[in-house]
Amino acid sequence: MTTAPAPSTTTASRTAPAARQRRPLSIGRLAAWAALIAVIALSLFPFLWMIRTALSTTKSLATNPYSLLPVDFTWGAFRRVLGLSTAAQSVAEGGSGASVNFWIYLRNSLIYSTVVTVGQVFFGALAAYAFARLHWPGRDKVFALFLAALLVPPIFTSLPNFILVKNLGLINTMPGLVLPTFLMTPFAIFFLRQFFLGINREIEESAQLDGAGHWRTFFQIILPMSTAPMATLAILTFIGTWNDYFWPLLVGGTEDSRVLTVALGVFRSQTPQGSPDWAGLMAATLIAALPVLLLFIAFGKKVINSIGYSGSK
Amino acid sequence: MTSTAAAPRAKRQSRTVSFNTPSVRKDLGTALVFIAPAAIGFAVFYLYPTLNGFYFSLTKYNLLGTPKFIGFDNFAAIFSDKLFYNALGVTIEYVLLNIGFQTVIAVGLAVLMHRLTQSTILRGMLLLPWLISNVIAAMLWFWLLDYQIGLVNNFLAWTGANRIPFFGGEAWAIPTIAFVNVWRHMGYTALLVFAGLQAIPTYVYEAAAIDGSSEWSSFWRITLPLLRPVMALVLVMTVTGSFQIFDTVSVTTKGGPVNASRVLQYYIYEKGFAQGQFGYASALSVILFLILAFFAIVQMRLLRAGESDLA
Repeated sequence: MTTAPAPSTTTASRTAPAARQRRPLSIGRLAAWAALIAVIALSLFPFLWMIRTALSTTKSLATNPYSLLPVDFTWGAFRRVLGLSTAAQSVAEGGSGASVNFWIYLRNSLIYSTVVTVGQVFFGALAAYAFARLHWPGRDKVFALFLAALLVPPIFTSLPNFILVKNLGLINTMPGLVLPTFLMTPFAIFFLRQFFLGINREIEESAQLDGAGHWRTFFQIILPMSTAPMATLAILTFIGTWNDYFWPLLVGGTEDSRVLTVALGVFRSQTPQGSPDWAGLMAATLIAALPVLLLFIAFGKKVINSIGYSGSK
Repeated sequence: MTSTAAAPRAKRQSRTVSFNTPSVRKDLGTALVFIAPAAIGFAVFYLYPTLNGFYFSLTKYNLLGTPKFIGFDNFAAIFSDKLFYNALGVTIEYVLLNIGFQTVIAVGLAVLMHRLTQSTILRGMLLLPWLISNVIAAMLWFWLLDYQIGLVNNFLAWTGANRIPFFGGEAWAIPTIAFVNVWRHMGYTALLVFAGLQAIPTYVYEAAAIDGSSEWSSFWRITLPLLRPVMALVLVMTVTGSFQIFDTVSVTTKGGPVNASRVLQYYIYEKGFAQGQFGYASALSVILFLILAFFAIVQMRLLRAGESDLA
């Protein structure tokens, strides 16, 4: 290793994060890389273990606990939790034999997340436009009031909302599940308002000169210009709703309204004491995680960049 | 061209004047239509339930009948409820372990990333645990940490150490649940801090380096102080979230063994939905709300979140 004058190397390493220059590998940097790689390994390893377990049979897991590859490779666990194998088959592979069908829960989760996402992004965009682009008395006060809803913890509104949904007769139904977050969340409005504020006014004004009203301006100019932030918001909302547990636990108790997160909890407590169906549980877990992981593979960059954004608000 | 140029200017001027002109008032009608859905959502599912929550806390309400006003009786009962103090203690233990480890690891990770790499793929890998739900993270570790055939205990046994009842031991339950959520959130928190690090201009470090400051002392004297406003926001977000720990407990220990992991939100859930004491549960959630508000205010004050040292 060359011994360059101390001050200049440190200066180089200061500016480096932006410039990505080549530097000599010091012991400190090597240790830093080792630490970073260790944390990444810790982040990723459980996923590998989940896949490996899901493709094994529960009975042979105990006999070969260290193998990184599936033990007695089989799709049986997936067939079992998707309701495609008989009770006898599932018992033979270490399942409980009770009939489970994660297709239904997958469908429910998809409906719940999609409907909430579409509602929040669309109604959020409407409101954000009114807060960013229209002039009306009391606008900023109303906006502050909406944002104040962020301060109320979800558990606090969940209890009275449960009573409300119950009085509407919507417990254990999809509408009951969707309703409280369908029309508005403070985050969606805040997020889109920030973007709308930055759109050049001249474009809007020339459209209005051509006789376009606010509706046409919104649908034909603002919305098409805002597909990127709306897509980001949609992805974040979809993931958040997909992962929801507390509200669906309260309101989605039947087969037709139970989403994946709640179903996983039920499945895990159904497994017979003494010999849980680990392969089945991991297969179900993988099914529940897969849509979000695919979404992340497709749109990862959007999600990652949005985190810096929401953090530095 | 010259004849039409006057019109946009007139239009533009009307945007900046006060609310008294007709064209500005005209926006009000449109605005009301635009915010109508969100306003209904806000009024019905945020404002009304918030007020209702305070009201229910002053009632005796068993979900089947109608709420009966009883003043502050619920709160009086809570203050002599041993299980409440247990839940509060367990929750605080969880928050301290969770936030303590998570914050230190996240800051460390963020600094490492800032120094070593801008790779989006690496950041994506660190974010992976945060993308899956609390329930899935809990399931993964419930399996990895299983007493009989979980990988970690098998490894411990292989090294000759004793097996550890991670979820089943009274002393282990809360640290284990805290660890699972540190695992899920460390990458996400690190990215929040990382965004704050990127906002620190490099000339500050260059100046420090010229003055002979080491990496170590630059970190303590420059990075951390300049990161303070970002850290304040991150801490308020993570602490508030941490106090509402529920999912992991609900799918693994269910508050046990004995009372070892019955955190506040799980206690509220049990009281309200398993035992049908809805008024009592509402009073508990008022207390949780007050605790959260208290911590948010104290943190923002202590960390002077509004002002930056980067003048």
